[in-house]
Amino acid sequence: MHKCGSLLVATLLLVASLTACESSNTTSTNTTSPGGNSTPASNSGTGQSRLDIVKQRGKLICGVDGKIPGFSFVNESGEYSGLDVDVCKAVAAAVLGDPNAVEFRNLDSTERFEALKAGEVDMLSRNTTWTISRDSSVGLEFAPTTFYDGQGMMVRQDSGITKLEDFQGKAVCVEAGTTTELNLTDAMRQRGIQFETVTFQQADPAYAAYAEGRCQGMTSDKSQLVARRSTLPNPNEHLLLDVTMSKEPLGPLTVNNDSTWFDVVKWTTFALFEAEELGVKQDNVDQLKTSDNPNIKRFLGTEGDLGKGMGLSNDFAANAIKAVGNYGEVYERNLGEGSQFKLPRGQNALWTNGGLMYSPPFR
Amino acid sequence: MTSVPSTSSQQPPQIVVLSAKEWLQKNLFNTWYNTLITLGISTLLFFMLTRFISWAFTLAKWSVIPANLPLFFVGRFPSDQYWRLWIMLGIISILSGITWGFLARNSRLLFSKNTLVTLGFVGILAVITPVPIIFRFLLIGMLLLLLAGAWGGKTIGNTQPKLGKWLPFSWFLLLIVCIWFIGGGLGLKVVQTNLWGGLMLTLLMSIVSILLSFPIGILLALGRQSGLPIIRILSTIYIEIIRGLPLITILFMGQVLLPLFLPEGTRPDRILRAIIGLTMFSSAYLAENIRGGLQAIPRGQTEAAKALGLNTPLVVSLIILPQALKVSIPSIVGQFISLFQDTTLLSIVGLVELLGMSRSILANPKFLGRYLEVYLFIGILYWIFCYAMSVASQKLEKQLNTEHK
Amino acid sequence: MTTNGDQKIPLWRDDRFWRIALQILVIVIVVSVFALLGGNLTRNLRQTGNNFGFDFLKTSAGFNILDSLIPYTPTDPYSRVLFAGLLNSLRVMFFGIILTTLLGIAVGVARFSDNWLLRQLSLIYVEIVRNTPLLLQLVFWYGIFVQFPLIKESLNIFNSIYLSKQGIFLPWPSGIQGIIGLGILVICAIAAFIVSKRRTKVMVERGESGQPQLITLGIIGIIALLTLTVGLNWQRPMFNPTTNTIEGGLRLTIEFTTLLVSLVVYTAAYIAEIVRAGIQSVPKGQWEAARSLGLKSGLVMQLVVFPQALRVIIPPLNSQYLNLAKNSSLAVAVAYADVYNVANTTFNQTGRAIEVMLIIMATYLTINLFISLGMNQLNRSVQLRER
Repeated sequence: MHKCGSLLVATLLLVASLTACESSNTTSTNTTSPGGNSTPASNSGTGQSRLDIVKQRGKLICGVDGKIPGFSFVNESGEYSGLDVDVCKAVAAAVLGDPNAVEFRNLDSTERFEALKAGEVDMLSRNTTWTISRDSSVGLEFAPTTFYDGQGMMVRQDSGITKLEDFQGKAVCVEAGTTTELNLTDAMRQRGIQFETVTFQQADPAYAAYAEGRCQGMTSDKSQLVARRSTLPNPNEHLLLDVTMSKEPLGPLTVNNDSTWFDVVKWTTFALFEAEELGVKQDNVDQLKTSDNPNIKRFLGTEGDLGKGMGLSNDFAANAIKAVGNYGEVYERNLGEGSQFKLPRGQNALWTNGGLMYSPPFR
Repeated sequence: MTSVPSTSSQQPPQIVVLSAKEWLQKNLFNTWYNTLITLGISTLLFFMLTRFISWAFTLAKWSVIPANLPLFFVGRFPSDQYWRLWIMLGIISILSGITWGFLARNSRLLFSKNTLVTLGFVGILAVITPVPIIFRFLLIGMLLLLLAGAWGGKTIGNTQPKLGKWLPFSWFLLLIVCIWFIGGGLGLKVVQTNLWGGLMLTLLMSIVSILLSFPIGILLALGRQSGLPIIRILSTIYIEIIRGLPLITILFMGQVLLPLFLPEGTRPDRILRAIIGLTMFSSAYLAENIRGGLQAIPRGQTEAAKALGLNTPLVVSLIILPQALKVSIPSIVGQFISLFQDTTLLSIVGLVELLGMSRSILANPKFLGRYLEVYLFIGILYWIFCYAMSVASQKLEKQLNTEHK
Repeated sequence: MTTNGDQKIPLWRDDRFWRIALQILVIVIVVSVFALLGGNLTRNLRQTGNNFGFDFLKTSAGFNILDSLIPYTPTDPYSRVLFAGLLNSLRVMFFGIILTTLLGIAVGVARFSDNWLLRQLSLIYVEIVRNTPLLLQLVFWYGIFVQFPLIKESLNIFNSIYLSKQGIFLPWPSGIQGIIGLGILVICAIAAFIVSKRRTKVMVERGESGQPQLITLGIIGIIALLTLTVGLNWQRPMFNPTTNTIEGGLRLTIEFTTLLVSLVVYTAAYIAEIVRAGIQSVPKGQWEAARSLGLKSGLVMQLVVFPQALRVIIPPLNSQYLNLAKNSSLAVAVAYADVYNVANTTFNQTGRAIEVMLIIMATYLTINLFISLGMNQLNRSVQLRER
């Protein structure tokens, strides 16, 4: 029987879409098929929120970068660790009561939004800059900023480069698909500097090329540069110039048109800031549940119904803090004194300490 | 400057044994310019070899290879689940042995001199591989299983040659079992696809893709040959468009565009998306290979079959296709080799197959800048696979050529 | 067809019915699948709020690219940056095809050399290159080129070629005089080609000595040599210690060089195999006949064997050229701004997957078409003309 190829392609696509459909309403992703572990659809049409899906599944799927030390990184023991990872864990603890009920997906900068919009992941916690176009036309919702960053420039100490003007006729390595590239071009254009960009699609080859000396400078968010510098052969031979080319507020994000789920992510993040302000720490959560301070009581869910309104248990914040600690602890453990990076808090200090971290009241 | 090429169709010439001096005279220094060429190449080779050897033994830090061996072979597969892979490898060894023994059932000696040398070499390799002692024992065990399987296959082949037709089927079954062993489920711990990697992923992707593209390729080839205009046009369009695009763009489509064409919110697994891309790509090329085979079948075959009263589907499936596939086996193997090489492109779309894994190992601060060592190592791995396949296909071609004339 | 005129055969046994039915079925399936996919697509696009259209090409790109042949600034629109990428692609393809043909033919002919070492060397080269993935070779070459010294201590060969991480700097003709000189060279090459063809023709067909043509060739050679040495106004790259840059001459970035070298080396191995098969396809009698006419062995290859081998060689060459053109898209792995790389960045910045994909598809299909057309012309000129 003569058949035709496009028929087969068609059936193949049909089958693919059918299998995808078939699994689109599964209640759990513990499918036994090893290959396709497709995740539930976002179902924004049917009025079912991500929150219900996550609860049904019993697991949060969180998109991270996976390659940035200090933010999301697989350490030697195969565990994910970092500031972004802790935000995921906090959300999982707040929603499901278990910080380990998270599955991490590594996403690179080019596919992260597609994966989020298609519902492959429930949320992104992946060094993503909040911009108006992403918030509006790309169709995302940005939870509060967990790290105020700015784009910087790393150079070799012996290169004699001290300011951007010195890049006249020199080359800068940059990772494609990010705002980094555009900011760099803008900053150089304002100063009228003729320079070269060597654009890599992935971060690893870009830093490798910089380390090999292909470029005199490497530009990225300062947090990333500091993290990456520690992985270069001789970290002390490299320094960050005193320039900030952009504002880079980084934080977790979810998809548009699902405010129930967005509220959960947003307020879990705020809870980390609020806890630090209230002095709630990982090791004193349970003691403070009996404290006299009404603010703390409300916050930890021993009084009032703050969690109920979001579809969570009232002690959601307590669970989150018990899982990862307050924002200050998270920061110090992953980026500050408790880590190899020793990044000062700077703008990321609480508003009471001259920083930008500020949580609206929990009432 | 040039010599007459020897064509295989003639009688082999008289073998003249030359003394070393005569040989040198004839092959290297017969004219002044040949002498020049010889000297030039020798100096160049000497220079390169000495540079390479001095680099390999002084500057190169080979520790990056043994430190990451598991990563190279199976990626970030959880180490507490390695036993599954060993069982899988064991089954593969036995079945390969059986197949080998079965195919060689008519040869006098199962282990010719060359085979023995190779086996000995592999055995030594298994012993000196810098992995924990238990793994070395396991590797030797695999080799023994292979030999046992070969012996068993030979005996079975001599006593029950009919069982041979089950071999392809059992290979197919084994593939499904392998996927189960890797992915888990049905009582085994599930291993997420983002933990699949290294050489294992490379092999899996290429084998699954080529198998999937077989039926599609056959249908496309028949469609392009068929007398039905619409089907012919559609097949031709598909084949030509796919063959005109770089693979990377097709993989990119699979990763980015596929979800756009599917119902809202469905997003197949990344590995599945890559397999779809590879399959779409290789089925077009396979279709052309098979079409070449179809064109090589004389028209008389079709006419004779029709004269016997067979209808078109039967003619195609019983008479034409088997012959066409036999003719196109060498080019199909060639296609598989290039598909195997093409899996490296998956590293650009973010999968950690052998090359992707190597690049992420190179990003590890401990091994920064060890490009050449790592790339040489995986280059040798790729080379072994591809070279073995191309030698096998040349042998096949020789065997098949004698029959179809 | 199994129709027996007077007997009415049942419908399901009738080939004609099946022919029509099957085609209708296929059309229905294809159309419905396309409708389904199209429906999903429009819905998904509506969700993201991206209406299909190419208006975005007019907006400013805002990113910089390395290695542009046309003046390009980040304020230029996307269309211009895509065009610059296309030119970069064409540049690699053009030089790649020329160089890989030369290398491939050299390696292929070397397989028939009298010299044992040369034969083995070309065999080893082909076997190594064909059995390792191109992308691996690409990153391997990049790993080698990136080891070049920094610009301050760049390798300097004869004071006219510099090798450094910033690229390879070669002397290059400059100014109006250079362009005129290049024109003269091209004319010389064409003239020399015509004269030498004519010479072999009169030598072979009329048995003349070919002396006058040889003199003409000599004159052309002298003109070309003069143009090469003085007429081109060579500009040597010079190292400028104050700015730490190398100025003048032609600069090939290591990204471009990596891509070009790996494509040339990889494709040449395949071309060498094609050339070998082509030469082997020439019957042995041709060699012997040519020898018995008293031709020297170099001339046998040049006048008798190779022209005949060309008929076998040219058709498969086409697909190798197409492979080279398509493989140039691997530039994305070494940060060379070819059309695919630029399109990829464009997609990342604008999120317009469908439009960008269509642009890429159209580009590569067009390039392939042109290569195929050119090769068909060439093929027609070398195939046997039955007289």
